[in-house]
Amino acid sequence: MRPVFVNIGERTNVTGSAKFKKLIVEGNFSEALSVARQQVEAGAQVIDVNMDEGLLDSEQAMVTFLNLMAAEPDIARVPVMIDSSKWEVIEAGLKCVQGKAIVNSISLKEGEEKFLQQARLCQRYGAAVVVMAFDEVGQADTEARKVEICQRAYNTLVDKVGFAPEDIIFDPNIFAVATGIEEHDNYAVDFIEATRRIKQLLPFARVSGGVSNVSFSFRGNEPVRRAIHSVFLYHAINAGMDMGIVNAGDLPVYDDIDATLREAVEDVILNRPQRDPVQTNTERLVDMAPRYKGEKGQQQVANLAWREGTVNERLTHALVHGITEFIDADTEEARLAAERPLHVIEGPLMDGMNVVGDLFGAGKMFLPQVVKSARVMKQAVAWLMPFMEAEKEGQERKAAGKVLMATVKGDVHDIGKNIVGVVLQCNNYEVVDLGVMVPADRILDEAKKHEVDMIGLSGLITPSLDEMVFVAAEMERQGFTIPLLIGGATTSRTHTAVKIEPAYSRGPTTYVVDASRAVGVVSSLLSPTEKDRVTADTRAEYVKVREQYARGQTVKARTAIGEARKRKYAIDWKGYTPPKPLFTGARTFEPSLAELEPFIDWSPFFASWELIGRYPQILEDDVVGEAATDLYRDARVMLDKVIAEQWFGAKGVIGFWPAQAVEDDVVLYADETRNVEIARLHTLRQQIDKGPGEGKANLALSDFVAPVGGPADYVGGFAVTAGHGEDEIVKRFKDAGDDYSAIMASALADRLAEAFAEWLHHKARVELWGYAPEEGFDAERLIAEKYQGIRPAPGYPAQPDHTEKGTLFRLLDAEAATGMALTESFAMSPGAAVSGLYFSHPQSHYFGVGKIDFDQVEDYARRKGWDLATTERWLSPILNYDPLARARGEAA
Amino acid sequence: MTDLSIRANRVAALKAAAKERILILDGSWGVMFQKKKLGEADYRAERFANFDGQMKGNNDILCLTRPDLVAELHDAYFAAGADISETNTFSGTTIAQADYRLGEQDVWDINLEGARIGRQVADRWNAENPERPKFIAGSIGPLNVMLSMSSDVNDPGARKVTFDQVYEAYRQQVDALYQGGVDLFLIETITDTLNCKAAIKAILDWRDEGHEELPIWISGTITDRSGRTLSGQTAEAFWNSIKHAKPFAVGFNCALGADLMRPHIAEMARIADTLVAAYPNAGLPNAMGEYDEEPHETGHALHEWAKDGLVNILGGCCGTTPDHIRHVADEVRGVQPRAIPERPKAMRLAGLEPFELA
Repeated sequence: MRPVFVNIGERTNVTGSAKFKKLIVEGNFSEALSVARQQVEAGAQVIDVNMDEGLLDSEQAMVTFLNLMAAEPDIARVPVMIDSSKWEVIEAGLKCVQGKAIVNSISLKEGEEKFLQQARLCQRYGAAVVVMAFDEVGQADTEARKVEICQRAYNTLVDKVGFAPEDIIFDPNIFAVATGIEEHDNYAVDFIEATRRIKQLLPFARVSGGVSNVSFSFRGNEPVRRAIHSVFLYHAINAGMDMGIVNAGDLPVYDDIDATLREAVEDVILNRPQRDPVQTNTERLVDMAPRYKGEKGQQQVANLAWREGTVNERLTHALVHGITEFIDADTEEARLAAERPLHVIEGPLMDGMNVVGDLFGAGKMFLPQVVKSARVMKQAVAWLMPFMEAEKEGQERKAAGKVLMATVKGDVHDIGKNIVGVVLQCNNYEVVDLGVMVPADRILDEAKKHEVDMIGLSGLITPSLDEMVFVAAEMERQGFTIPLLIGGATTSRTHTAVKIEPAYSRGPTTYVVDASRAVGVVSSLLSPTEKDRVTADTRAEYVKVREQYARGQTVKARTAIGEARKRKYAIDWKGYTPPKPLFTGARTFEPSLAELEPFIDWSPFFASWELIGRYPQILEDDVVGEAATDLYRDARVMLDKVIAEQWFGAKGVIGFWPAQAVEDDVVLYADETRNVEIARLHTLRQQIDKGPGEGKANLALSDFVAPVGGPADYVGGFAVTAGHGEDEIVKRFKDAGDDYSAIMASALADRLAEAFAEWLHHKARVELWGYAPEEGFDAERLIAEKYQGIRPAPGYPAQPDHTEKGTLFRLLDAEAATGMALTESFAMSPGAAVSGLYFSHPQSHYFGVGKIDFDQVEDYARRKGWDLATTERWLSPILNYDPLARARGEAA
Repeated sequence: MTDLSIRANRVAALKAAAKERILILDGSWGVMFQKKKLGEADYRAERFANFDGQMKGNNDILCLTRPDLVAELHDAYFAAGADISETNTFSGTTIAQADYRLGEQDVWDINLEGARIGRQVADRWNAENPERPKFIAGSIGPLNVMLSMSSDVNDPGARKVTFDQVYEAYRQQVDALYQGGVDLFLIETITDTLNCKAAIKAILDWRDEGHEELPIWISGTITDRSGRTLSGQTAEAFWNSIKHAKPFAVGFNCALGADLMRPHIAEMARIADTLVAAYPNAGLPNAMGEYDEEPHETGHALHEWAKDGLVNILGGCCGTTPDHIRHVADEVRGVQPRAIPERPKAMRLAGLEPFELA
């Protein structure tokens, strides 16, 4: 996306914000961070940080603040502008940012040598640079001086330093206008015109400026200042100004400014001829300004809509987004509503942390965010602590339990372990952290010394797994009985169950999947009421895991593939003439969404919202009826819009080819002579042992096509999508914070794609293949699949091999015909898409292939022209054996 | 014939080779040492016989205590078809080695000897077959301390080290590796871009002191499915942040297998106007902590990347063996290297996410 104008947040600048200055001077950094966050939320694309204040150790303040900001992913996602008039402060700041920052600023003020030296350092730290229009003589005020200095600086940077021109930003100095001094009247014009020339003369360079200077004369009258900024920017941006230090989200829209005020401001900014016979432009604006002072301030900068939720929702939001600003008040509100302060921790706060855990597990949050959530948690717990202590009537506060944690010998990774530590501490557990590379004997000695309730082991590299087994065995040998927790990137439930737990029989061993689960595990293992049950459950679970693991090695009896083929589904082809389609080859269709709408099957729509039941009965359901009805109403409203405004594009392609079955394959031919093979569809056969008896066939899809030598048969195929444009629509809703509508739009696109598949299959039956011209149309009947012929899709039970979609797409030339594509794993894109094969025989029906054996895999590999490993990878969900064990057996 | 005993000629040969074909890097060292089942005595040898503390597991020390094994591995990887082999100095900084309580001189020696061993093996190959030169990359690994992430969860602003300390540690490593004879520097398995920026500055400053310009290869690590580095950056943000090094090559290694790494390499292939390099793990570790991706599977996956024009350099990280490298080398032989794209000039900044002003 190309931003027209880059907002640089100015509120984390002690020279620009009295509030921020106060916070920094007082050392209230957590509140200072909230200021930064608000700016990013309000749309600042770069954050300017300035600590130039006499009362401060600016260098230290810069370092502290940047390091703190680095821990806030929702602030740190944007680049930083390191702003200082002191080079030492800038360089200290450059040593704290991992991203590519902007230095603000350097100049020729102290001569070329110093300028060059600082520019080289900026280059070396990988930063872009703001160059002030300032030289040995002074700060440039006229257009000519501004352009002259910028040109000289540009040539010096590009020619002598080799500085990338696209990394140069000029600040040609914005000075205050309307000061009453006549020489200042043209300052805004000088800036605007200099900007225009700099952009023309100096390729790739950018122009920036500190906008608030321009309105300096109107200090104390914020509405007028904002109007001045807005008008100034309107003209400067048109002249080519690329970025500016402004309070993002705080400016009125140019067109919304009161017309009289805007005209007066414009006269001043553009230094127009005097409008009033007596008053100068400045005097006129100064006179007018007080009238606008009372105007209400602009809307709240940050998006605070979440403040309107219930207290539990607010706590969850604060935890998920790591916002500490309101946590005390919210915690207090929850405390007043709860019976005991502890219930706030065990109830809403833990619920919120579970949400964090789920998001983390789903890859939607990453490590620093989880740490931040834990900090919010900690603050909430800190708020509750005095109340909990008071409750205990002066008794010494006792930790909920003591947990020893260590990264095992040979391993130095400890970030995950530290996170677990914080989360546990937040929840009132005492943590004894032994650090990294801790040998087993030390872990056990310390455990005894501190009388801990539990030991947690962490490791990231693979050899740590063996070390953990060793620690477990040592615990056993030394007679420990306390719980043992296992965590870290390479650990797993299977490994814990198979290798570690059996080594330690005296106490419980539990695998903890991630930090967010740690508290649940620890608290249940220490709870007198739950401990035995949980321990028994885990033991039972691990026994199962071990059995599963062991079972993975053994093979169950199946019908041999040769035998299964003998038991194929036998259609009597004698005397049967397969129907002939209208055409062979492929044709495309682009029905309107209105045409597809009657074919929508609504039941899966409700299922996608976790409301289970058949439509339309579900609307009357005792339990979910109301929710379903509301949902359905919203869906219809949106669907009307989808259709009227054509949100999604529907494109499909259908094809028919002469075809005959050859064993478990179906050969497709170029034409009716059936001499030239153009493709071969591979199918898989059931190998389940169906026992003796008639009519119990081992099915494959090829059974539904007449074999070579039988009557001339055909196979069809199709690929349809209703998902063109879906991503944009969904994104638009998400950007607007409307996840409900975003999910709704996706669900509707999916339904329309399925409806398209039904529409096209119907068209095939009554017209294109034409074997059921009298079928008529009845949506319920269609949905119940009460019609002749099937449309199985590759990747589904009747043919679980997704790669067959590749053949289908090639035959249909689906990519060119519909704009659909297959991913590396043969998923269709756009996602709202359906493809499949058509079989016409009246006895063709859906079935599941089930698990298959090595003999068929070998045979299938040969037919597909794949090696065994590839075949086993693609078919892995349906293998009736462990391919690794198989490979080992082969190697042995 | 070019005299490959001169470093400048080797650097030129490396650049020329990269234009012609996909270059092959070696594979894992850790897994190979693990297979040797070395004991504490192997790690200590005479030099550290009376050293206080555990030495087992410190693979870098083997440069001093079992140089024969290190040379053997370089040899095995060259024989498998690698063009570039890395020095066994992944943790060769004073900071990383402080875990083993090694001092400055020991760390210096690790790098110097690590580079010399590699140099000797490569020289022998180059003498026998100068048509197909072999190169030694000085491995500059990550640290166990991060400049962008807090060392104390209760104090998000806390850092265990300063930029200057990290810079100094890398600078010593760079100097020692150079003196030992490496042909290029490989800053790898980068978990924190700020640490990497300290290493970059160390190399560039060192070069300014009159040392010859060796190619820099920068390889980050996307740690998991979040698609970010451990310090939270996206691939593009990472590239924007280190581009000033004008690296010879950039890419990713470790943490992910080929299937999960592919989208990030594809992204780098799109945005980086330099060579793109990738050396994934042999899949993800299984429940038992072993890597069981077979050599031919790795070969097949990386062949796909090569065929799709995503890469210029390929190799292997954790769990890969000479056999894996042989398969990779065989599979991509004759496949055209990725053409370096030209990107329109634009101001490209980065926080955790990229920012472009086009």
